[in-house]
Amino acid sequence: MSLFDVFGVASSALAAQSQRLNVTASNLANADSVAGPDGTAYKARQVVFAAAPQVEDGVTKVNVAGVIEDPSPAKSVYNPSHPLADAQGYVKMPNVNVVDEMVNMMSASRSYQSNVEVMNTAKTLLQKTLTLGQ
Amino acid sequence: MIDRLDEMMKFQADALNLRAQRQTLLAANIANADTPNYKAVDFDFAKALAAAQASGSAGAAMADAQKPEMLYRQPSQASLDGNTVDMDAERGQFADNTVRYEAALRVLSAQIKTMLAAVTG
Repeated sequence: MSLFDVFGVASSALAAQSQRLNVTASNLANADSVAGPDGTAYKARQVVFAAAPQVEDGVTKVNVAGVIEDPSPAKSVYNPSHPLADAQGYVKMPNVNVVDEMVNMMSASRSYQSNVEVMNTAKTLLQKTLTLGQ
Repeated sequence: MIDRLDEMMKFQADALNLRAQRQTLLAANIANADTPNYKAVDFDFAKALAAAQASGSAGAAMADAQKPEMLYRQPSQASLDGNTVDMDAERGQFADNTVRYEAALRVLSAQIKTMLAAVTG
């Protein structure tokens, strides 16, 4: 466990947080997509983080265990003039919660920033260590 | 002779080693701030340094037998996903550890300079 391991740990977090940001962007972009490639409304996706302990150096990285589809039901919106409306006049809209996604976005971006800072600090410390005794 | 040099620098060298380890642990805690069920870990620095001092020469402290004991942090607030990382506390500890690492580095550097002055006259 040396200071160099900080880079591995922080970069695993950067990768995970940026994937989370990507998924959030996809959810927000598709918040009104009533028809996907399969003809049904877009389903919100969420990333699942998992801790990944590294046995040889004793540190714990983060990895993305998977991307799951949000199981909550699609929102039904009454709009009889819509071409995709059913017999009762309801259109199935994506189950994306825009407020949740904005919160996710802010959280991911803050965590990303924290980890960049951690990496910078480790870099500065290592550079100072290189000048030891000079 | 070399033995004496080793002895003189042992304290700061061990401190530096442990600071680096703690820095890595705190980085892992910050990295896992959003991981469900992750439990934040840390170790008692004073105790680990005392244990390292009791052991043989500098660097030997990092041998497997002398690894500091890992402790789970007591969370100040419960969280729904079982994660015990308190970002503010971790960031504070991280900054604190950074400064103390630099302090150990400077003292060690000064010791080396002192010895160098004695050697070169």
